[in-house]
Amino acid sequence: MPSRLLPFCNDSIRPASPTPVTITVNGEPMTGVTGQSLAGVILAGGTLGFRHTSVAGRPRGVFCGIGVCYDCLVEVNDQRDVRACQRRAAEGDVVRSQHDPLPAGPGEATPTPGVTAS
Amino acid sequence: MIQVLVIGAGPAGLAAARAARRLGASVTLLDSSDQLGGQFWRHLPAARPAARERILHHGWDTFQSLSATLESDGGCRIIRSANVFALETAAAGPGTVHVIVGAPDGVGRKRLSFSPDAIVLATGAHDRTLPFPGWDLPGVFTGGAAQALAKGERLAVGRRVVVSGAGPFLLPVAASLVAVGSRVLGVYEANRLPALVRGWLPRPWQLLGAWKKGAELGGYARGHLAHRIPYKLGRAVVAAHGTDRVESVTVAEITADWTPIPGTERRIAVDAVCISHGFTPRLELAVAAGCALTLERFVRVDDRQHSSAPGVYAAGEITGIGGVDLALAEGTIAGHAAAGGTIGDRALRTTVRGRRTFQGFAARIEAAHGIRAGWPEMLTSDTIVCRCEEVTYGHLCETAESTGSRSLRAIKLSTRAGLGICQGRICGRSVEELLACRAGGGLVDGVNTDRRPISGTIRLGELAAAVTPADSYRLTSTSESSKGTL
Amino acid sequence: MTNDVIIVGAGIIGAACARSLAAAGCDVTVVDRGTTAGGTSSACEGNLLVSDKGPGYELVLAQYASTLWKAAAVDLTEQLGPQFPSVEYEAKGGLVVATTEAGARVLLDFAASQRSAGVDACVLDADAAHELEPDLTPGITAAVHYPEDAQVQPTIATEALMASARRYGARLLENTPVTGAILDSAGALVGVKTPAGDLRASRVLIAAGPWSGDVAALLGVHLPVRPRRGELLVTSRMPHRIFHKVYDADYVGAVGSDDSALQTSSVIESTAGGTVLIGSSRQQVGFDARLRVDALSEIAAKALRLFPFLAGAAVIRSYGGFRPFMPDHLPVIGEDPRMPGLWHAAGHEGAGIGLSLATAELLTALMLKRPTHLDASPFSAARASLAPHLKAASYAI
Ligand SMILES: Cc1cc2nc3c(=O)[nH]c(=O)nc-3n(C[C@H](O)[C@H](O)[C@H](O)COP(=O)(O)OP(=O)(O)OC[C@H]3O[C@@H](n4cnc5c(N)ncnc54)[C@H](O)[C@@H]3O)c2cc1C
Ligand SMILES: Cc1cc2nc3c(=O)[nH]c(=O)nc-3n(C[C@H](O)[C@H](O)[C@H](O)COP(=O)(O)OP(=O)(O)OC[C@H]3O[C@@H](n4cnc5c(N)ncnc54)[C@H](O)[C@@H]3O)c2cc1C
Ligand code: FES
Repeated sequence: MPSRLLPFCNDSIRPASPTPVTITVNGEPMTGVTGQSLAGVILAGGTLGFRHTSVAGRPRGVFCGIGVCYDCLVEVNDQRDVRACQRRAAEGDVVRSQHDPLPAGPGEATPTPGVTAS
Repeated sequence: MIQVLVIGAGPAGLAAARAARRLGASVTLLDSSDQLGGQFWRHLPAARPAARERILHHGWDTFQSLSATLESDGGCRIIRSANVFALETAAAGPGTVHVIVGAPDGVGRKRLSFSPDAIVLATGAHDRTLPFPGWDLPGVFTGGAAQALAKGERLAVGRRVVVSGAGPFLLPVAASLVAVGSRVLGVYEANRLPALVRGWLPRPWQLLGAWKKGAELGGYARGHLAHRIPYKLGRAVVAAHGTDRVESVTVAEITADWTPIPGTERRIAVDAVCISHGFTPRLELAVAAGCALTLERFVRVDDRQHSSAPGVYAAGEITGIGGVDLALAEGTIAGHAAAGGTIGDRALRTTVRGRRTFQGFAARIEAAHGIRAGWPEMLTSDTIVCRCEEVTYGHLCETAESTGSRSLRAIKLSTRAGLGICQGRICGRSVEELLACRAGGGLVDGVNTDRRPISGTIRLGELAAAVTPADSYRLTSTSESSKGTL
Repeated sequence: MTNDVIIVGAGIIGAACARSLAAAGCDVTVVDRGTTAGGTSSACEGNLLVSDKGPGYELVLAQYASTLWKAAAVDLTEQLGPQFPSVEYEAKGGLVVATTEAGARVLLDFAASQRSAGVDACVLDADAAHELEPDLTPGITAAVHYPEDAQVQPTIATEALMASARRYGARLLENTPVTGAILDSAGALVGVKTPAGDLRASRVLIAAGPWSGDVAALLGVHLPVRPRRGELLVTSRMPHRIFHKVYDADYVGAVGSDDSALQTSSVIESTAGGTVLIGSSRQQVGFDARLRVDALSEIAAKALRLFPFLAGAAVIRSYGGFRPFMPDHLPVIGEDPRMPGLWHAAGHEGAGIGLSLATAELLTALMLKRPTHLDASPFSAARASLAPHLKAASYAI
């Protein structure tokens, strides 16, 4: 687990002892610390890739960390396009990877109307 | 009473708000974050206060006193988690500022709008990272990301990390990483000694002092940094490798104009890499307000920090990358002038003198660390340039060639480069520079990628909703407004 | 007389005319003060519509255009090769819906009149409409499906037409504003002045979009083309949930209206990039491109009436342009009887992308004195409906 939270007892700035916050990410529970961003919780859990891109299906995760690149988009409590690095984790948040396939072009198989890709 | 609206609560915005209050203006201070302090004074959240936060920051006491003064001042309204999504110009005055308040990317947030007498723009900057093969792999971060996660959450983005790019910012990034337990295997500054000497003093370590004015790293990190981490000049990470995440990087020597030198490549196993080639100012609100830009594409201001748009002042990194002390000085002058003060006022004398001292800094950073023209040599035709729309370098060149277009606007629209959700914040300048040398004879349409009429996203339902009258909008408590936000 | 032509304007109209004239053997020079597709043709949507046009001359032109686009999409790909970006032609069809009883009556009557003019306008019941667009509001009162409606990516289409014109031999001068006329002793137009020098040709075609009135004035005649501002919203990419071009029936009213105050009506469609374009407003504010949040807000509110699910969609940008508005709602295509040598292809309002190819064919036939595919007189600068709007006196040069 290369990305990780510094254990608070080792931290020279002496943060207050952490209160845990639990979210689910694609159905798996993950526990972080109150005040952490969703991105921070996911990264500290060892996951770097949050989603797959629309064109080449490549993995993406946090890049800029300050809300400008939109690479860290996730679905939170059924709301799309949430920057995980900007949203603080709230107890019980249901986070899912967001995937936005391109529409099938003319001549390609048309996706079934009403069925959205997972 | 003069109404001053300050956008951005980093060093520049905080200083502007305080200066405007000192002259008795009524001040509203907005920031999209739920914390004050901006990028520089990013700190652990109120939910998790740290006893010795100050050892991580330069000028922490300045920050504490600025924020305490403003928070306890009834004449200064601070609205956190308030993203300015549009700025509309008006026939008279600086225009109307449209704001959405609530959790970032939330739903059903409140819309507010303000038509103040003066606006101070203090929206800061973000890292500029040039494209290179593999930069889209998870595990490749900007320096700012590594620092924000370290300072704001005490999270280390990796265990074995390499820092690369250009500029004095690489050092605090490395220090932040070390302070949360990462092993920094090397810091690679693209520029070479002659450039650094030209811009700075002979000893590059003094950059650290100049940038951070000394002590804020804490003796621990500083000692660690200075003694154990290799700081190499004239080298760069030229490729990142891995399948689903970065596993190693190639570091190579590069020439003075940043062309990689064949045969000098070396692979280093890492689990994260942090890249920063400088900063890009956040200009969209300034552009929307009609502010003229300088040739280097910062907001052009006069000695009162007044832009070319009536009633619109600008301070901090959007007027030039100069560090926190310059941002504080500019903010103070901007706030003072916005509230009706004049530059000759006694109270400003030391600040004006200070600004002059710090101003040379921006020029020196550029001379020493500026991006050099050879960087496209790092790219291969399948290197992604626009991350959002996955537009490759090859596609960009092919389209420019096949259409013969010399219009940035047209090439953007025909390749989708810069049209994605980040709106060219990350790739914009790189796309411009690549096309300027690829489109036959250069670009001629005079368009740039800084115009973004919508600043940050807004939900369609929120845009459709009525504006909450600003005067009836009351913050019940800061914790209410900051719930679930960062 | 030689077949040389100067075209003022490198938007889609100028590009289409250049291509058609050059292919027919004319010696063509296109001049633009900016770049190809630097004006309205990259600040619009790429709808190729018959659905918004009632029986009349514009519909006839649009029906002709619709057949031309199908063929051109294939020809352009063949001519320009696989490196060239695709014009993204897609005959996805339009769905016009009403959400009020009054709107339903107007829409159904309109569709009936269109059918009598040969438009495929198929009335659907609510279930059939929801089969085409499952996420459409349940509260619709009428729906008409127009299978002939199609779209292209307008910037790429303009670039492609211009690239094609150049392969047929047309020349392109960018960054070259036309500043005045060159007249012969008899008062015929024989060229234009530019800062880069004089350009001479036996004919000059104005295809300067909403600026056509200004260019006409520079050359010495009055042409009542006025800008009509339009703004659109772009969402982030989302899973494909909107499959046709979907309009609110009041769009038809807005297109034909003369009102200069803000009007908005919903035009919603997905793009090949996965984003959704949400339009649009119509407002006569001169060439004032200032952002107007109230207009954007109204566009947003109306879109939600059709697709409530869009409430959560993230808006990433707004953009807008100036439609070349004509007081009698028809473009001017052909020679100007007031000044020998002066030709027009201008004033296509909100349909210039769609009408470009038909305009070009008609214009080429007129210039080369060939039989035209359709009656050209309704588009003449001498038509009766335009007369009241033309100022008699020419401008001094
Ligand atoms: C990630 C990062 C880390 C940095 N770390 C260091 C460092 O360690 N040392 C150093 O010397 N310099 C650092 N810098 C440079 C730093 O930006 C400046 O030194 C200093 O913070 C500039 O102050 P400022 O007030 O101009 O801008 P900032 O501190 O960037 O403040 C701008 C504020 O404006 C807000 N804002 C922007 N747009 C909007 C909007 N539309 N609506 C509402 N609010 C908005 C932002 O949320 C932000 O809080 C860093 C920069 C970045 C991007
Ligand atoms: C919001 C909006 C949505 C629209 N949606 C659609 C749609 O879905 N479907 C559709 O068919 N149409 C649509 N339109 C209309 C369509 O965009 C226009 O009708 C069409 O683009 C006009 O093309 P043009 O070539 O005449 O003008 P332009 O593309 O504007 O080109 C005119 C050119 O003339 C040049 N020029 C001006 N003055 C001079 C001078 N003095 N010297 C040299 N050059 C000069 C300009 O630089 C410009 O490049 C829409 C318009 C808007 C604003
Ligand atoms: S990582 Fe860039 S926006 Fe979150």
